[in-house]
Amino acid sequence: MAVKTFPVEATHILMFARSVGDDNPVYADAEYAKKTEAGGIIAPPTFAQASAQFDPDYVLRPRPGKPWFGSGKNPSGVTRESSGGGGGNGGGLHAEQHFEYHRHVKPGDVLTATNLPGKTWEKEGRRSGKLIFSETVTEYRDQNGELVITARGVGVRTERPVDQQ
Amino acid sequence: MALKASELKVGDTHTARLVEDLKRTQLVQYAGASGDYNPLHSDEIFTTKVAGYPSVFAHGMLTMGMTGKMLTDYVGDARLTKYGVRFTSQVWPGDTLDSTATVKAVTDKDGKKVVELDVKTVNQNGVEVLSGYAEARVDP
Repeated sequence: MAVKTFPVEATHILMFARSVGDDNPVYADAEYAKKTEAGGIIAPPTFAQASAQFDPDYVLRPRPGKPWFGSGKNPSGVTRESSGGGGGNGGGLHAEQHFEYHRHVKPGDVLTATNLPGKTWEKEGRRSGKLIFSETVTEYRDQNGELVITARGVGVRTERPVDQQ
Repeated sequence: MALKASELKVGDTHTARLVEDLKRTQLVQYAGASGDYNPLHSDEIFTTKVAGYPSVFAHGMLTMGMTGKMLTDYVGDARLTKYGVRFTSQVWPGDTLDSTATVKAVTDKDGKKVVELDVKTVNQNGVEVLSGYAEARVDP
């Protein structure tokens, strides 16, 4: 995802670590973290994904005044263009995610995320019909322009919901 | 704390339980922290009636995040240099997940020792839900 400003804050790191069930104090306790090899609070390995919070156009976040495809009065707030599509509207399913860490993110960093073009390919799936894969490479740079994380995500759109054998 | 290259052998494993009886509330918690509010992970009505799944299911990135704890508990804080996964099956509320890192190689990279790991997370039925790799700096 392309993000102009992703300010990394200690509270966000704390909440993110809690959400993945990680109670390591290096993500929450500044005094403790100072005495570890990390030298202070750092972000857990998959935290860069939370840059979605700072993407103004992120499609998987409801926005005031805009249609939202989740349920309200009706099972979906929008009319779907097709009946299949196991991923639902907006982004399909996540097939792969890769991170390369050039250093570890810490509170106070202000990151930018830039997308590079990735490949797309198709495959016939056994449990979900035709699969269309698309790759996105994202470079996270810090306030000094240094590369911090290189991320590669692969999304997949399915012809129908994945069979639960 | 940190792993030592001299003490690591190819085939060594580290296993941890990631979650027992995964709760829908944790999916909501992850949605809020990550910013990914796809209704497939929190909206049972949309997911069953419109998307056609039996229930809401976990974000792949939640499984990757929980698996990340197993890895960082094993290799130590600020030691990971690479971590990548494929999501091979969906994870559902009620699932219990166990994750294993297996030493694939111990090598030199830019004059420093690194360990290459295979990573695998399975559910209570032994079905693989995540398959991947990691690399981390280790002490000599």
